[in-house]
Amino acid sequence: MDSDLSPQDKKDLDKFIKFFALKTVQVIVQARLGEKICTRSSSSPTGSDWFNLAIKDIPEVTHEAKKALAGQLPGIGRSMCVEISLKTSEGDSMELETWCLEMNEKCDKDIKVSYTVYNRLSLLLKSLLAITRVTPAYKLSRKQGHDYVILYRIYFGEVQLTGLGEGFQTVRVGIVGTPVGTITLSCAYRTNLAFMSSRQFERTAPIMGIIIDHFVDRPFANMGHMHPCNYRTAAEDEGVTYPGVEDSQEVCTTSFSTSPPSQMVITGKEGGVPQAPVQPSHGIPADQARMPTCTPSGMTCHIPATPSSSGEEAETLSRSSEAKNNSPPDILETTFTRKVGAFVNKPANQVTTACLDLPFAAFAPKNFDFEENDLMVNPPDSPVVESPLQGSLHSDDSTGSSGPLQDDFVMLDFKPAFSKDDLLPIDLGTFYREFQNPPQLSSLSIDVSAQSMAEDLDTLPVKLALYEQKIDEFDAFVETLQ
Amino acid sequence: MNCRSEVLEVSVESRQVDEAMLALLHTILLHRSTGKFHYKKEGTYSIGTVGSQDIDCDYIDFAFVRVSSEELDRAMRKSVGEFKDALCNSGSDGVGQISLEFYQKKKSRWPFSDECIPWEVWSIKVNVVSLANEQERQICREKVGEKLGEKVINIVEVINRHEYLPKMPTQSEVDNVFDTSLKDVQPYLYKITYQITDSLGTSVSTTMRRLIKDTLAL
Repeated sequence: MDSDLSPQDKKDLDKFIKFFALKTVQVIVQARLGEKICTRSSSSPTGSDWFNLAIKDIPEVTHEAKKALAGQLPGIGRSMCVEISLKTSEGDSMELETWCLEMNEKCDKDIKVSYTVYNRLSLLLKSLLAITRVTPAYKLSRKQGHDYVILYRIYFGEVQLTGLGEGFQTVRVGIVGTPVGTITLSCAYRTNLAFMSSRQFERTAPIMGIIIDHFVDRPFANMGHMHPCNYRTAAEDEGVTYPGVEDSQEVCTTSFSTSPPSQMVITGKEGGVPQAPVQPSHGIPADQARMPTCTPSGMTCHIPATPSSSGEEAETLSRSSEAKNNSPPDILETTFTRKVGAFVNKPANQVTTACLDLPFAAFAPKNFDFEENDLMVNPPDSPVVESPLQGSLHSDDSTGSSGPLQDDFVMLDFKPAFSKDDLLPIDLGTFYREFQNPPQLSSLSIDVSAQSMAEDLDTLPVKLALYEQKIDEFDAFVETLQ
Repeated sequence: MNCRSEVLEVSVESRQVDEAMLALLHTILLHRSTGKFHYKKEGTYSIGTVGSQDIDCDYIDFAFVRVSSEELDRAMRKSVGEFKDALCNSGSDGVGQISLEFYQKKKSRWPFSDECIPWEVWSIKVNVVSLANEQERQICREKVGEKLGEKVINIVEVINRHEYLPKMPTQSEVDNVFDTSLKDVQPYLYKITYQITDSLGTSVSTTMRRLIKDTLAL
């Protein structure tokens, strides 16, 4: 089949497939960053926008994709896969979807490489843009942050779908026939998120500083490491950079001909060094890729204008959150202050968990999360960061401690009802018994009432005479009532 | 050549009509828009770059991608707004259909006007439902989001069959195939029409034809 293809067409086709694969990876990873993507249309071709689509190139992603391809191209029996997975703050991980760029043996020998194949690949990339927003992982990726992060892994070779669980669904993005085979782009995604449903709403500490080992070792030799779906990584402070797009990308075909197909002329340059879109050149070697991603939910991520300062912010933030959660590790019992409550007759003093009359006090956690450290009560201030929180896994370097916790408590000396005081020692039971049988009212006693009756009869005529004298006053009073 | 016709059907709440229609129409136009053509000597041309933009829906649990073109978005919003107003004001049970038709112009001799030959028509049937309480609305948000996702997959499946597309035109004929009025992108020539159906199933409002800006229209 290759013998029917001219050397120029073969060269063009290989180039198209290579850059299509790279752009596919970019679209998928960028769709899982957790933020909205926006690129501008340009009426003038720049020579670096492959397939006439504005798709930014994240250098780390390009580097990982090229590393996975290792100079090969997706072909028959050689698929390029992008695996998207989720990892929680507790270290549990789950594969969400696998995007597969494959090629089968069905050839279309009559198709024109430089025109039709190119345009159809462009159409396929647009379809990929649309479909990446439709699969379930998109919504999960938009909510990543404290509880979980989204990772990606690129590998080349046989497609692995076993990690998607039972009942996974497949959606075909599209196909493009070429003279050497048919390119197929599809996505297999997990439908069973049972693991997520049991843990999704558990209150967990922020992911920063908790996961130390963020690498996922795979048993397969050709499998790469997992990488976070984010723009930046911490080790850019170490000065390691990836070769930029300018170093390796060829100029894409931007000129076409309206002449009949047999006279097709491509006027784009090849092998040149185009002015690629400006990208912040930051990155780290792949084996140091960091885990956590985005800012807490509600924040947006931007490509930072000053990478180094943002990195420092991220590290600082991670250290401060580390400090918050630390407690003196040597204390076996937590010491804290007990507030005086109603009906309490014990003096308010410092007690330990061991002597508290709490159920299962012996099992109280060592790291007692005080109310003031509880994020539900005192939410941390939103950090002013321009990029995903990076460097948080440098938890080894974090120092600082929470200090003596009981000094933060203020003794409130108040006396609620029935509480102990110095004048009248009383408890609820005593009060209840004492006032359960109150004394009888004096006016209701029989002897007293008998005596008063006799006196009333004697004084009755006098009273009646007095009332008759003041009858006008009584009438006026009654009128005011009406 | 026969016109390719695809029908999509959705049931939405009244406040979801705009976003649902925009999501589907923009998804179609994303695939049916190219960069601006710049013709050079000897019949060659270069193509500009199409940007894309994520849009989150407010009343539907859904996000979609559209072409980064404010002009195109304004045109879509205007058409969809008119459709929604007609749908809500017709007094019908809220059943209507909006159609996005891609066509080519074929020159005719005077005194006849140019002929518009459709080559692809997307019809979206809308059924407006009324919900009783907030819980139903919340369920509707999610279900409509899932339905729109299925429709996007349907659209992509049709697009990627790679059936008929107009040939790339020469410079003199580009306006017969593409809408060159926008400054940043170049969709295929299209028109949007809609019909409102009353409870009896008859067409109450006449079909309203909306022509895009066409420099050669008479």
